[in-house]
Amino acid sequence: MKKHTLLSLTVVLLAASMLFGAGVQEQKTAEAEKTVLEFWTWRPEDVDFYNAQIAIFEKANPNIKVVQTAHKNTEYNTILAASLSGGAGPDVFQGRAYGGLATFADSGFLEPLESWMPELKNYAPTALLGATSPTDGKIYGSPAVSQTVFMFYNKDIYKELGLTIPKTWNELIANFEAARKAGYTPLANGAKDGWTLETMFGGMAAQFYGGPEFYNDVIAGKKNFQDPAFIRMIEQMKSLTKYMPNMYMGIGYEDMRALFFNEMSPHLIGGSYEAAFFKAQNPGLNFDIFAVPGMRATDPAYVSVYADMNFAMNANSKNKDAAVKFLKHLSSKEFGKAMVTELKMVTSVPGVDASAEPFIARVLELQKNATPFLFLVGFRYQQPTGSSLWQAAAQGVMAGTLTPAQAAKQIQDGIASYYKPFQK
Amino acid sequence: MHQMQRNKVAWILFFITPGLLVVGTFILLPLFMSLFNSLFSWRQLIRLEFVGLENFRRLLTTFPYQQRFFNALKNNLVWFLSTTLIQNTLGLLFGYLLSRNIPLSQFFKRIFFIPVLFSIVAVGFLWGMYLNPNGLVNNFLKLVGLGFLQRPWLGMEHLATPSIIMVNIWRWVGFPSLVFLAAIDNVPQECLEAAYLEGVSEWKLFWKIIFPLIIPSITIITVLTIIGSLNVFEQIYTMTGLDGAPNYSTDTIGTLFYRTAFGSVDAGSPEIGIGSAIGMVIYLLTFATSLLSIFITRKREVQL
Repeated sequence: MKKHTLLSLTVVLLAASMLFGAGVQEQKTAEAEKTVLEFWTWRPEDVDFYNAQIAIFEKANPNIKVVQTAHKNTEYNTILAASLSGGAGPDVFQGRAYGGLATFADSGFLEPLESWMPELKNYAPTALLGATSPTDGKIYGSPAVSQTVFMFYNKDIYKELGLTIPKTWNELIANFEAARKAGYTPLANGAKDGWTLETMFGGMAAQFYGGPEFYNDVIAGKKNFQDPAFIRMIEQMKSLTKYMPNMYMGIGYEDMRALFFNEMSPHLIGGSYEAAFFKAQNPGLNFDIFAVPGMRATDPAYVSVYADMNFAMNANSKNKDAAVKFLKHLSSKEFGKAMVTELKMVTSVPGVDASAEPFIARVLELQKNATPFLFLVGFRYQQPTGSSLWQAAAQGVMAGTLTPAQAAKQIQDGIASYYKPFQK
Repeated sequence: MHQMQRNKVAWILFFITPGLLVVGTFILLPLFMSLFNSLFSWRQLIRLEFVGLENFRRLLTTFPYQQRFFNALKNNLVWFLSTTLIQNTLGLLFGYLLSRNIPLSQFFKRIFFIPVLFSIVAVGFLWGMYLNPNGLVNNFLKLVGLGFLQRPWLGMEHLATPSIIMVNIWRWVGFPSLVFLAAIDNVPQECLEAAYLEGVSEWKLFWKIIFPLIIPSITIITVLTIIGSLNVFEQIYTMTGLDGAPNYSTDTIGTLFYRTAFGSVDAGSPEIGIGSAIGMVIYLLTFATSLLSIFITRKREVQL
């Protein structure tokens, strides 16, 4: 009797699972006529934008259906790495640049794109550098966006206080003082999230350490991070703490952005990617940008530039032909233009006219004094990365637990542990 | 008879197979996989050749892994010591007071236990906001005239770990309290009555009679504290982030493991071999210290 119960239970279970299986099968045949592409991004804030673009693409390619999934930025790499190494994952996805790209490319998860997309030849070499694996020199992504780091300022507060865009470092400090007297937090940047200190570095450091020449010198091993100019830069950065928010060591990324878009602070050193967010949070915010000036008005006012995003293809995708079609759409001038006008991002697609968008036009103008975003572009390939070393050391300096010279040594030692030109 | 025996075996198999499958797939298999992975060299996400204990050697003796690992381990030790000293002592005190039927003890029993039921991520997120420079804690200090004590709690190297530990104690103190309360309630009434008749003071009663009889629950709480302290991750992740900011002062072997094995946006490429080695070290440490503490406290147990 008992045995019968057990048997019938098993039969019921089996039958149920078969029913389920049949259901799934049926669904599959219905969708078989359409090729389904999985598309992943790390920009939950841009879901609507990509949906609109997908709609345009699907209209032109009625037999392809694109399914978008957006993951949290900070978890994206982990989720993507886990699915790709499990042999699954999306067909087309947003890929990181530089070291982040190399991780996936060197593991064989990315499809080399030159043969699929000959038009990549037309891209700017700086853009392609962010999409090229240093190991084999192949291009694994279609460059999408470059980011630039500079100073955002609030035009209304500048008008109210009678301030103008500073042409020298001292004028900038005078503007900070004026803002403080008027009751504003002069500079909104905080130090709780280490990576925002790398952004701050990108916006103000090159003026002191010497821009692209220094970059080329450290890459070649002719100079290192204990260079007096580099240490002086850290001192200058530390000197800005008196203009940063009260208890700046506890001010995280969200807090500092809120200080700026709520017009409690007239300045924020940030990346070009913030513009759309500010507009969305406070449509009345009247802001513009400038490059942090050097000591003299004749010094070049550098902005740090880096390739930020590529669109990449899964080497194990079963729908490569459809994926290439979608990639080509994501690399078209129309798409580049939409990125400019809707996301306020600086597209890497060559030949896109950005003049309709004054903010982007202004970014491109500042890029005349571009310098590579030092740690991200040059030292994000091996652990410990220059970025993580800088972020931790800079937090120590800002909190007063490390001197600028100690911080410089910490960074130098960390990079020298693997970087050949420093080991000579 | 034979038939019944077989039937019994079938039923037992029927009930334990699902559990065994779950444990096997999600606990045992990953454990052996990470042991396996830790013995190989890796290029990004691809497993290369067998290297024996090379990953462990690199972790324990080479820069920067050595520095990061021992810094993280030190923080885990701070977690264990503070949790044992503050949380478990408080728990014992609360448990004892509740067992003495102080006024409103039923009410306190529930209040203390409520945070235990909260999701750890929600607690971390909310307290992260409370400990913000403009958050609840600093505003409260200002309100009661202690404005000079205002600090960026999670942003200072010497305050960040203690702040997170305090939050965790707030969340978890109800658990040891309840365990100790149950243990104290189980102490045979005759013993206590006899002691009262002898005119023993409350202090002596606690140390000479109650304490030796609740050692088994102290063992359990200590083992759970060790395991908990070695596995601290969510609290750090939600309050100061994966990098153990500021300047690695809140880094634990949990966050170090995650960062090393999977990489993060800024920390760079994943080092799966070293990450798996850290995972194995966490497992071995947990196992060894739990055994040791059971062994030590067992010896102090008293049988009635």
